[in-house]
Amino acid sequence: MSVAPAEVDLPETEQETAPDLPWVTIVWNDPVNLMSYVTYVFQTVFGYAKPKAEKLMLDVHHKGRAVVSSGAREAMERDAETLHGYGLWATISHDS
Amino acid sequence: MTDGGQDPDEGASLEELMGGFRSAHGGPTARFGAAQAAIIRDLIGQVIELLGEPGDPEGEAEGLPVDGSVDADDLAAMVGLTENATLSDDPVVARLLPDAYEGNPEAADEFRRYTEQGLRSGKVATARTVLATLPPGGGRVRLAEPEAQAWLRALNDVRLMLGVSLEVTDDFDDQVSDMSPDDPRAAYVGVYQWLAYIQDTLVRSLS
Repeated sequence: MSVAPAEVDLPETEQETAPDLPWVTIVWNDPVNLMSYVTYVFQTVFGYAKPKAEKLMLDVHHKGRAVVSSGAREAMERDAETLHGYGLWATISHDS
Repeated sequence: MTDGGQDPDEGASLEELMGGFRSAHGGPTARFGAAQAAIIRDLIGQVIELLGEPGDPEGEAEGLPVDGSVDADDLAAMVGLTENATLSDDPVVARLLPDAYEGNPEAADEFRRYTEQGLRSGKVATARTVLATLPPGGGRVRLAEPEAQAWLRALNDVRLMLGVSLEVTDDFDDQVSDMSPDDPRAAYVGVYQWLAYIQDTLVRSLS
């Protein structure tokens, strides 16, 4: 599973001191995955509380995609790999 | 995404008929009829066949060839790399093993080179857990925590496989109500929707 939960909104200071940040992991909407399952995966993989996991799930559902974690590239690659294991459609990006 | 199309509070009779999971002491439990078990086992077997090593219907690498010859792909596989890794032409495999970089094929292939073998074997392992815990003739299933996790993932992979084949879109429920009985997809629509119900009851029994 994932390392410590990554905060989506990184404090400014952390960005200034860590030039590698932020890469992001994006989850894309798809018509097959169940809303209950996607929420459960966000709770399980990232350790997010249910309200946060549900909000992210609804963002994916309504907006087509959502940033679910951010941090160093290697950590995002691990997150994407884990999410692919759960069947979620996840990509890594440096610019959004 | 989809909400599963079923009201979870529709009562015990529907639950019994459809074989959903419920929370119980010792882990989520469900009862499957013989036909239901056969359907799930068949579809799980198809996922194993799709994702397993080519030429091995059991989906497991067989080790080195008997004549002792080892090519570069074999060596790469031994250390967990996938040579010449790229997004599959098969739309089902492409959905199960998607690119991790959008619009950057080089980065996507490099990521795939290091992760695809582990992803494939992980999905095959979860599928095998379902086969190991679901009696071929049906019956009661009681899942310990790691088994429940495996069922969730494996059911999702089966639904992704069916979803691609059925060309499921966000307005799929509307399409289904308009679908002709002659539509070749019609036979699998009920199975697809039933598996959504099963997966949803399993998620809820764990939440």
